[in-house]
Amino acid sequence: MRSWLTLAVIAPLLAALPLVGNNYALRLATTVFMYSVMAQSWNFIGGLAGYPSFATAAFFGLGAYASAILQNHGVPMVPAWACAGVAALLFAAFLGGAILHLRGHYFAIASLIVAEMLREIVNTLPDFTGGGKGMNLPLLKLSVTAQAQFFFYAMLALAVLTVATAIVLQRSKLGFGLRCIQQNESAADIIGINSYAYKTAGFCLSAVFVGVAGAIYASWVNYIDPPDVFDVLISVKPMVMVLLGGLGTIFGPPLGAVVLLLLEEVVWRNFLTMHVAALGVIIVVLVLFLPHGLLALIRERFPTKAMAN
Amino acid sequence: MIYLQIAANGLVLGGLYACIAVGFSLVWGVLNVINILHGSFIVLGSYVAYFAYVHLGIHPFISIVIAGGVLYALGYLVQAGIINRVVTAPVLITLTLTFGLDLILNNAMLVAFTADYRGISLAHPLGSLEIGPVFLPGDRVAAMALAILLTILLYRLLRDSSIGRAIIAVRMDREAAALMGVDVKRIIFPISPLNGPVFLGKAFVVCVLGGLGSVPGALAGGLLLGVIESFTSYWLGPERAVTVSFALLLVLLFVRPSGLMGRRGYE
Repeated sequence: MRSWLTLAVIAPLLAALPLVGNNYALRLATTVFMYSVMAQSWNFIGGLAGYPSFATAAFFGLGAYASAILQNHGVPMVPAWACAGVAALLFAAFLGGAILHLRGHYFAIASLIVAEMLREIVNTLPDFTGGGKGMNLPLLKLSVTAQAQFFFYAMLALAVLTVATAIVLQRSKLGFGLRCIQQNESAADIIGINSYAYKTAGFCLSAVFVGVAGAIYASWVNYIDPPDVFDVLISVKPMVMVLLGGLGTIFGPPLGAVVLLLLEEVVWRNFLTMHVAALGVIIVVLVLFLPHGLLALIRERFPTKAMAN
Repeated sequence: MIYLQIAANGLVLGGLYACIAVGFSLVWGVLNVINILHGSFIVLGSYVAYFAYVHLGIHPFISIVIAGGVLYALGYLVQAGIINRVVTAPVLITLTLTFGLDLILNNAMLVAFTADYRGISLAHPLGSLEIGPVFLPGDRVAAMALAILLTILLYRLLRDSSIGRAIIAVRMDREAAALMGVDVKRIIFPISPLNGPVFLGKAFVVCVLGGLGSVPGALAGGLLLGVIESFTSYWLGPERAVTVSFALLLVLLFVRPSGLMGRRGYE
């Protein structure tokens, strides 16, 4: 209940941002929502089930390309986004069936390679996907400010939807099963959890929103190419954000998204050539000194009644 | 006859892949840590050899000692100072940590060495070797032989020395990260900090092909990958070689995750 209340308070506040912020603030906020969607989605499989998936970039790129190809064949924008989500979902169901029997590092590598494979495939189909030259998307006939607001609200809606899914999942049988798998998969099997089905469901959930986010991103920036949307950093950043915020929590991933983007902005401005290394430093410090995330730190400082019980 | 030549090229390439993968396989198998830094370590070793040759005139075959020493020290520092703190943590933590370290090292190398491709052209190359219808550049063959020699040496070290037995038995390891510094491919291939992920990818494929934590497996996997890449380059074009090796990796993970020669139990 508290989670719903928190969401109900934060979402309208965020929705009011265009009243006060300029386009720069809107762009940053849109990126935060996108990060939040990716982090929250990764949390479904990585945080709850404990499967270190590197497939986020694969879903993101797949969504971006699916939507771009559909739109260039005359499908309107919003239905194309929905189709991108479905495409990512189906792909995850298929992929999950193939690689979810792997554990630990093997799963991580297999999921990492999938994004590389998709990028290679896109590169080798120039007639269909534009190959290495990339793809342009139809331009919106809106003013710059109206566009910024449109994508802001689209990404916000998706982020809120993802958080809502996380809240529902947390209480559901599926969420419980995924947490059991994370604790001890063999034991989960023994007490009658169909771990394969649960993992596949978790994996699909972690794909669908990322696919839509990729589609919205493609429309937002108007141009995509394989190195951009299949970038391995797209797979890594969600993990960093979830670790930052708190593994397996509901509001940890969005919090991590905000903190990571702020850090990124500061670093970008001050150390242009070393910003990747700065991300590396953030990761190392985080893993070594803050393994349970910021949310745990906050709770430690300000224990609530609910926690004390 | 062309096939003999392609197979020979593949074997030469594969010897280097085996050498690249063996250290990676060791860290993975013994520590249960995937060292994402591995590719960057190899590139760094190449730079040590490059600068030793260009500025000091030391032949790459000799500067192996220097490159090995430098990377040994670096590997020791990283392992003892950072990785050991989380070595028992879940996969996600160690994976993310080495990824972060890799971002730092890679970016530092980009800034220090720029992204330009460099290569060493030896003043006195060894000429080419002619075995029947097959031509092979002498330097490459020597490098491959050295790579395989070092791999075998590592294997013996692990099997026979007390340190090696300690590594295997106690699963506590310091040397591995450094031993992977011994790369020999630097003599021929142009290097750039951008190459790191390429080597890492090869190391993955070789480990899965050969089986995790097994030195003979890495050797066999490396040679096999070299031959496979060599033939795909010939039949489908060099740009397909990576795709094919990745596809192979996925298929293998699906049907035989313990690798061709791997022992069961590493999961």
